[in-house]
Amino acid sequence: MKVKLQDHILVPKHEILSEEEARELLETLGVKEEELPKIRVDDPIVKELGAKRGNIIRIIREDELVGVSIAYRLVV
Amino acid sequence: MIPKRVSGIKFEVLGPKEIRKMSVVKIITPETYDDDGFPIEFGLMDPRLGVIDPGLKCRTCGGRAGECSGHFGHIELAAPVIHVGYAKLIARLLNGTCRECGRILMKDERRDRFIEMIEERKKLGREYDDIIKEVFRITKSTKKCPHCGTEQIEVKFEKPTFYYENEHRLTPRDVRERLEKIPDEDLPAFGMDPQAVRPEWMVLTVLPVPPVTVRPSIILETGQRSEDDLTHKLVDIIRINQRFMENKEAGAPQLILEDLWELLQYHVTTYLDNEVSGIPPARHRSGRPLKTLAQRLKGKEGRFRGSLSGKRVNFSARTVISPDPNLSINEVGVPQEIAEELTVPIYVTSKNIDEVREFILRDEHPKANYVIREDGRRIRIIESNRDELAEKLSPGWIVERQLMDGDIVLFNRQPSLHRMSIMAHYVRVLPYKTFRLNPAVCPPYNADFDGDEMNLHVPQSLEAQAEAKMLMAVQDHILSPRFGGPIIGGIHDHISGLYLLTRGEKLFNKAEVMEIVRPLEVTKLPEPKYDGKWSGKQIFSMILPDITIEFKAEICQNCEVCKGVECENDAYVYIKDGVLVTGTIDENAVGAFKGIIIDEIIRKFGSEEAKKFIDNMTKLAIRAIMYTGFTVGIDDIDIPDEARKQIEQVIKEAEERVWRLIDAYNQGNLEPMPGRSTEETLEMKIMQELGRARDMAGKIAGKYLGMENAAVIMAVSGARGSMLNLTQMVACIGQQSVRGERIRRGYTYTDRTLPHFKPGDLGPEARGFIRSSYKEGLNPIEFFFHAVGGREGLVDTAVRTSQSGYLQRRLINALQDLKVDYDGMVKEQTSGLLIQFRYGQDGIDPMKSFRGKGVDVKRIIREVKTEE
Ligand SMILES: [Mg+2]
Ligand SMILES: [Zn+2]
Ligand SMILES: [Zn+2]
Ligand SMILES: [Zn+2]
Repeated sequence: MKVKLQDHILVPKHEILSEEEARELLETLGVKEEELPKIRVDDPIVKELGAKRGNIIRIIREDELVGVSIAYRLVV
Repeated sequence: MIPKRVSGIKFEVLGPKEIRKMSVVKIITPETYDDDGFPIEFGLMDPRLGVIDPGLKCRTCGGRAGECSGHFGHIELAAPVIHVGYAKLIARLLNGTCRECGRILMKDERRDRFIEMIEERKKLGREYDDIIKEVFRITKSTKKCPHCGTEQIEVKFEKPTFYYENEHRLTPRDVRERLEKIPDEDLPAFGMDPQAVRPEWMVLTVLPVPPVTVRPSIILETGQRSEDDLTHKLVDIIRINQRFMENKEAGAPQLILEDLWELLQYHVTTYLDNEVSGIPPARHRSGRPLKTLAQRLKGKEGRFRGSLSGKRVNFSARTVISPDPNLSINEVGVPQEIAEELTVPIYVTSKNIDEVREFILRDEHPKANYVIREDGRRIRIIESNRDELAEKLSPGWIVERQLMDGDIVLFNRQPSLHRMSIMAHYVRVLPYKTFRLNPAVCPPYNADFDGDEMNLHVPQSLEAQAEAKMLMAVQDHILSPRFGGPIIGGIHDHISGLYLLTRGEKLFNKAEVMEIVRPLEVTKLPEPKYDGKWSGKQIFSMILPDITIEFKAEICQNCEVCKGVECENDAYVYIKDGVLVTGTIDENAVGAFKGIIIDEIIRKFGSEEAKKFIDNMTKLAIRAIMYTGFTVGIDDIDIPDEARKQIEQVIKEAEERVWRLIDAYNQGNLEPMPGRSTEETLEMKIMQELGRARDMAGKIAGKYLGMENAAVIMAVSGARGSMLNLTQMVACIGQQSVRGERIRRGYTYTDRTLPHFKPGDLGPEARGFIRSSYKEGLNPIEFFFHAVGGREGLVDTAVRTSQSGYLQRRLINALQDLKVDYDGMVKEQTSGLLIQFRYGQDGIDPMKSFRGKGVDVKRIIREVKTEE
């Protein structure tokens, strides 16, 4: 049986940014692509999403203390 | 000049050729100076090695002291010796290569694969230690050379510099010969670059002699020359080297030569590192171990941590601190003597020149110490040149004026664990020799006055002064980012004082009120509440800004249903429009860490108002406590016989219950608690029983002491001490424990703690229960158990402080380059690397949070309500 990581309660929501979204993100943040935090292409969640090197992944975390927080990672 | 950037540093090993090339003189004699005090040529102080005496010129480069940084010499060693720093690597190389042909103990293809892997890691800028480790592991376990077929014998390494094949000892010469045979092509597999390092260079044949500037001699008051430790060590090396050569030429027996060789090895080893395990450190005549090369670099006082990461600074002072409640929290009392030494630069302009001239012409305290002319020359102002300098003074000069009232300085107490450990204070020049500070700022510095010393720094540029005033001022650090509440506030007597003043309805006539309010900035008295008399609450209200707030005081008994303003303990504080209506002011209201009133004022009116409040509050509190008088003596912990008997009874009953439990356990009738063994159940029940007994005893004691008792007042108001402390003094010290359990260590084989007890005694007395109080005193057995329990506490704190100190160091080193940018993101300063998209995920400044929470809903509701 193959389990979807995203279904697990402890795994936050991951999604791949479209090229348009990625461009906009870098523009609004005002940072270069390589200054983003990284995630490895062989990371299980990246494999599950099917993201490629150079994609940017949005991670939406929910936390009791902090509420909803959004982070982005560059696939390397 | 175009600025250059260091892109990287590469470390290589010096080879004999290179050492000879960089050497300006071959050192052959151990003598340093001749009888007339001149350095001997070809000696360790040869003038070609550089200059240390001012006035002389370097024989090599012609530079004067300060210009010439010195030149290396060298010693030709009569026999090769192992370099201790590389001894371990040598051992691994010997085991990784063939003892016959010197080749790596693996086939060429395999070697090349490893080299390729290393190259790839290098290109990616990643670590490759693990690959090299693997190469050494594989080659060591290879027992037969794949190149020439020779059987290998394992080389055993013995610290610090000895190598054995079976029982046969390898001389450094044997070792060197083997290392010479390793071909360049094999080296990359061991992580070595043949361009930079030849393995045989790790066995020394030539020793570089550092320039005299590295090991200057000093002249003692007696006129005697005293040499540096390194020079001493080099003298030893040359002496033995000479002896070895003489003996060899004379054809001395092998045994003597070997002894000398070993001695030479010892001296070279200790010259490089005098703290290697396995050999005794070389010592000075006085018995002090010598500080040699490794010792100069290592540790807290070493070159890295001592000289490069941390340096000493000018324009700073250090002395003992003492309290002065008359100072504002943002002031610091500076001794006159220190103020006369420390200076603030004034940049002379056409606008301030007359003012500055006044300072130059003065001959006492706030005068100018130095002038710095436009050409950068620094001139000390003395009686004879004062008028001349005042005359010549012109815009563009800098005048260094003595520290005076109103100057801004940074004040610091180590360990600087958080940002409030360094704050900006305004100077008040005072007589005597200590720094003075308001006791309300003790908590952020974690200071007390039992001999603590603090440091003071004078910012020298206008920019630094502005920064100190705007960012570091004490009042801007009343709120701590650690918990989002005030860290500055009343302590000890401030709390007792206000408690005494505001508890209940104490009445004061006009004269008394005036006496108490005198130091405050109070200009008008309110209408007296009772026929010509004011209440303590009214007096406190005089210093309150216009706030409205209600909360439970520290003395609150946590009644089942809180009656609010109707509370019969006067424990519910209600302040309406800046008037204290009900409740007692105590730690919860004005204390450091808790101070709800301070919290409210700073949020409503800002830090300046909060500073004024704290200044007034501390002064008022001290006046109030002086008005009633407040003291604790040994009779404060006296209780009547009747109470004594009651306590005795309570403890006796508890002990009886404990014995019944023990009997039940021995008869196997004790019902174990879920998930526990019977032993554990028994221990837990006994602990509970005895703990309860002590609490009961404390309650009885507390009842007889009464609320008027000074020690009780301090405990309940939160000024100092706790009811538990009091219980232990008055009634019963209670169970002593080690690791949360009753004390059982001692004579394990008879299962008893002391020989006074029967084997296996589980009774309260035999396991560390102390019936006595501190006042009564402990019997010898109790005293012993108290020491056992107390020791654990001491060891714990000692271990914890060192561990948390190191943890803090690592954290700070890891986080020091991170900063919250103007866009709210956390970035690494130099690379711009993003660490957090919003600071702390929620973008909340913990200092401005409400005790850690981003919003205080209650507060908002209250504000909206009062607006209506
Ligand atoms: Mg102290
Ligand atoms: Zn020179
Ligand atoms: Zn071989
Ligand atoms: Zn109450």
